[in-house]
Amino acid sequence: MATKAQSRMTPLKLFSYGFVALWLIIAAFPFFWTFWGSFKVQADFLSKADWMNALTGANTIEQTGSAFTGAGYHGAWVLEDFWYNFKNTGIVVFFTVLISLTFGTLGGYALARSGFRYAFWILMAALVFRAMPHMTLVSGYLLWFFEWNVWGILPTTIIVLVAINQPFTLWMLHSFFKNIPKDMDESAMVDGCTRFQAFRHVIVPVMWPGVITTGLFSFLLAYNDFTVAVMLLSEENETIIPAINSFMGTTQIEGKVMYAVAAVVSATAPLFVLILFFQRQIVSGLTAGAVKG
Amino acid sequence: MKHRTFFWFILPTLSAMVLFIALPIVSVFVQSLFVEHEQVLVVSESCGPFGCSPTTTVDTEATAKLREEQPLGRFNGLGTYINRSHLAFAEIGEAWANSDSLGDFWSQVYNLPFYSALTFTLAYTFIVTPLVLALGLAIAVGVNNLPRALKGLAIFISLLPFLVTPLVGSLILFWMVDGDGVIGATIQRIFNDPSLSLKASTALTWTMLMVYGVWHTLPFSFITFYAGLQTVPDDTMEAAQIDGATKWQRLIHVIVPHLMPLVSFVTLMLIMDNFRVFEPIVSFKAEAHAQSLSWIIYNDLRESGNPLYASAGATSLITIILAVILMSPVLVRTWRDFTRKSH
Repeated sequence: MATKAQSRMTPLKLFSYGFVALWLIIAAFPFFWTFWGSFKVQADFLSKADWMNALTGANTIEQTGSAFTGAGYHGAWVLEDFWYNFKNTGIVVFFTVLISLTFGTLGGYALARSGFRYAFWILMAALVFRAMPHMTLVSGYLLWFFEWNVWGILPTTIIVLVAINQPFTLWMLHSFFKNIPKDMDESAMVDGCTRFQAFRHVIVPVMWPGVITTGLFSFLLAYNDFTVAVMLLSEENETIIPAINSFMGTTQIEGKVMYAVAAVVSATAPLFVLILFFQRQIVSGLTAGAVKG
Repeated sequence: MKHRTFFWFILPTLSAMVLFIALPIVSVFVQSLFVEHEQVLVVSESCGPFGCSPTTTVDTEATAKLREEQPLGRFNGLGTYINRSHLAFAEIGEAWANSDSLGDFWSQVYNLPFYSALTFTLAYTFIVTPLVLALGLAIAVGVNNLPRALKGLAIFISLLPFLVTPLVGSLILFWMVDGDGVIGATIQRIFNDPSLSLKASTALTWTMLMVYGVWHTLPFSFITFYAGLQTVPDDTMEAAQIDGATKWQRLIHVIVPHLMPLVSFVTLMLIMDNFRVFEPIVSFKAEAHAQSLSWIIYNDLRESGNPLYASAGATSLITIILAVILMSPVLVRTWRDFTRKSH
């Protein structure tokens, strides 16, 4: 219950409101600005003369006759075949999430139910693996992938992303399975199930909330990955994030910067939708490992 | 759970981690011990009307064959580790002998590529991390005081910078602070200096990258602390209030100690993620003034046509050792907790 003393406006409270408001503006403004600007021409989006141009679109009206133009999107999606990169990202993300969750649930369940000392050591090793900068791992793969002729194709990237994702998935699902009472699967085993049958028929039906939360983070890792994709994928198999980077390398010519801006907005849109629908799960996932200490 | 069953359950995830995380660490070590083949040279006499002279040509065929037979290169021992682009012991010794002040010595060391990258990576990690911790706590307290209806919206907006792809997030900021962008152009106008560019000086580039780092990771610490605030016991807060503690005192003496376990968790995560800083340097095209350890590995591997596996391997191994050192306090603590529980 809020008492009178708690709901009174104090300078401290006013300051903290102001601080939050400032943060929210800093957090949201760049996205708003880029989204709005993606419908303008480059002379407006990067307007040295007057930043108001980016809002009103003075040059856009002059060049295209209307205050909004889809030229950037047309350029990126149609002329530069950005949809093709989206398709690659779709394949990579789908299989990475599917395989990591399969491996992760089996492993996380085993770790949660095993009291042996080596289970702890596996978790510790996973924590150390989680800290490895991805670039150092990539420098370990590259030579061998070239030698075995598996460089540049999507399956290689998928399996690498699955592996990089495992430490996090294991920790998260391990702590999630620990919260499912032991009695459930043990009573199933008393009734004659094997361990796997108990897992399949008793644990699987109740594990979906935890698996969905973990899956969201696997999705984010695979979708946002730049380091692995830029080093391990050939040009025709590029996913969207390295594709945006190569846009930047080749498009310093007038007008083409807007292709990159449109591509950036297109790449952010799925994430925006994701937060819109899964905010609760994302927040609970972020704090899952933390609140338990 | 029986050992046998445990083994089959853990097998897929463990083999993925061993094959693609543990073995690559061995692989970078092996790579770092070798160095690229030299080109095979052929000396032949070419005789013209004015006499004969020896000419040296590259035997491309033999070079390619040698590379194919021994892709690792020739054995070099720890030579790569101590050469100029890595630990550079000889250069440091020389700098120490030749410099007359500590500042002079430092500026010579900073010119060595590895040390310059190390300096930036550590500075980035240890400036961004505490800033994010302090600001995250402040925002969490602020949002916790907001009316209920606004909390969800505040969290929604805050999640955006954190979940956006790092490369994309830094590009979005880059377009704003670039000389033609809205912030960059405004700064130029304020200081009335049209040549002023955030990319032109080392100090400004570093600041720009760190501002991005704070913007990108702040939501993580904010949301974790916010969740922690929901578990602060009301009784303790009331007791402190009755004892006459002001709002500020309650924050310092009740809330912060309650959140301490979270602080160490968030610190660990932030250090791990900040230590691998890479994408913003690519997006901001900041490599002229700021290089991170990940970035110099990337640069070695990108060496067109002929990646420098040895050099990348040596830097990678040093980076891995540093990452483990940074994590060691947490590892030791987790181990202690575990042994205490099991006895």
